[in-house]
Amino acid sequence: MESTTATVKPQFSQAAQAEIARLFTHYPAERRKSALLPLLHIAQAEFGGWVSPEVQDLVAETIGILPIEVYEVSSFYTMFNLKPVGKHVLEICRTGPCMLRGSDELTANLERITGAKVGGTSPDGLFTLKEVECLAACGTAPIVQVREKYYEQLDTQEAVDAMLNELRNLVHRPLLPWEETGLQHTQQ
Amino acid sequence: MGRKLLTEHINVPGIDTFEVYRKHGGYRSVEKALKTMTPDEVVEEVKKSGLRGRGGAGFPTGMKWSFLAKPEGIPRHLVCNADESEPGTFKDRELMSKLPHLLVEGMITSSYALGANTSYIYIRGELLYVLRILEKAIAEAYANGFLGKNILGSGYDLDLHVHPGGGAYICGEETALLESLEGKRGNPRNKPPFPAVQGLYARPTVVNNVESIAAVVPIINDGGEEYAKIGVGRSTGTKLISACGHVKNPGIYEIELGVPVEEFIYSDEYCGGIWKGRDLKAVVAGGSSVPILPKDLILKTAAGENRLMTYESLSDGGFVTGTMLGSGGFIAMDETTCIVRNTWNFSRFYHHESCGQCSPCREGTGWLEKVLHRLEHGHGHMHDIDLLVSVAKQIEGNTICPLGEAAAWPVAAAVRHFRHEFEWHVTHAKQAAQPGAVYPAQGVLA
Repeated sequence: MESTTATVKPQFSQAAQAEIARLFTHYPAERRKSALLPLLHIAQAEFGGWVSPEVQDLVAETIGILPIEVYEVSSFYTMFNLKPVGKHVLEICRTGPCMLRGSDELTANLERITGAKVGGTSPDGLFTLKEVECLAACGTAPIVQVREKYYEQLDTQEAVDAMLNELRNLVHRPLLPWEETGLQHTQQ
Repeated sequence: MGRKLLTEHINVPGIDTFEVYRKHGGYRSVEKALKTMTPDEVVEEVKKSGLRGRGGAGFPTGMKWSFLAKPEGIPRHLVCNADESEPGTFKDRELMSKLPHLLVEGMITSSYALGANTSYIYIRGELLYVLRILEKAIAEAYANGFLGKNILGSGYDLDLHVHPGGGAYICGEETALLESLEGKRGNPRNKPPFPAVQGLYARPTVVNNVESIAAVVPIINDGGEEYAKIGVGRSTGTKLISACGHVKNPGIYEIELGVPVEEFIYSDEYCGGIWKGRDLKAVVAGGSSVPILPKDLILKTAAGENRLMTYESLSDGGFVTGTMLGSGGFIAMDETTCIVRNTWNFSRFYHHESCGQCSPCREGTGWLEKVLHRLEHGHGHMHDIDLLVSVAKQIEGNTICPLGEAAAWPVAAAVRHFRHEFEWHVTHAKQAAQPGAVYPAQGVLA
């Protein structure tokens, strides 16, 4: 994990700035605060999978609102990581329908394979395990979300291994939708 | 084989593109509404259809629309609630990811009916990949003249945007959703004022579920009366049911309202029975918030009549012996399911998702989770069972939004129908605390 006390002020990439400008057109000019959640998603994807206080300040400045207005929102919604995370955050659904189909066993299995405990990161820094509530994919339970991808029907060792191998072999982070250059970016 | 009004073409290759969707009759409702109907006539058709809100509450959609205030000079908004988060429910995700244009079409026709010129689809943040699919469909609709200025030369303008949430079940509550769309924490608002008068940006707003908006398309295409011919009584039309848990064939089924529950569970056309050749123990029929029913009461009402998949039949018997159709999240549990563990799991969910605004919910959901946790883990007392009922009662009716009830009902129902299992967790505490332990009176496990 890189230093979290960077003195360099974070900046959005040009591609992200273009996406942000597009998002601002979705809301009335005097209601730009509406763009807060979409911007937090962009910020989290741009800056290593979590939103540091500095990054949240950048979001506040970009919108033109007070930093506290960002903090109170980022701490309310579960998708925003407020502490550094591993390269891949595995969000394991633990709610009833997934539990009926083996999510407890899946969590135990992922803890064993990765060496991470729920809420923590594996020693190699690759995987952070996070238990989340219902992801609306109960028909293909048990499931794990990683960034914008759902891995479903993880009720066999093969399926779990396939997911982990796919993630291990991702040298570059997946291209973000607002990056139109087509170039792959190295992991932050 | 029932009629499929929404999902007929769901498996057609390329149906997520404008071209293929259009070839299969897509966007006809927009043409019909904008060229041949006044907005009020569209509202009238929806009223005639008897369509009831598909998100869970079951409130008549046409009536909701007619409540919309129309003050001069103030913009109005239609907001689609795509914050599908009710455990057991995954129909909207399927509909949006496979048939994005159906929702876009429904949004255009519905926005026209309401006189909205800017509409939003609020989608849960976890479904960012579905947001991309919808944005692509919206771009195609703009490119083909179905969105933007002067749609089809009718003089009607509409902009449509998709907005992601950030991970919060409470934002499925319509006023919390509006707060969230304004960039705030998802704390539900006091009502009145209702969104129909002061909603998004304090402007008159209608919030409708994805499936409700999609249903407007066949209603306008074929007429409200045709739609109302399907179903039983006040349960008209078709409904998407998300079948999950221990059914043999989990998935989305579009049913004509009125299918017997027994047929839905056991017919190969639907769930195909219970997995692994096991017996059914209980069902949560409408998403985790509705009361759980044991096998005998889900298949037949207390009066011995066949239970049907309708709003009325499922709620027959009130909360004593009935439940609710809710969102259509149909969770089946086989004979090896521990009801106490399952109830604890759902209570943990509601405790986690309580926004914390109202003390009865914030504290009460915590108490429910704590007491259920100790029962499940072998540290419970006999009086804990009545404590659960008492806490549930004190949450009910004492909160700004229905999350309180959603947390309380499942617990009260579980104790009502499965009290013996809770007692067993006290009398056989050590045994019950073992992983995978289940009350032994039923089925194969000793």
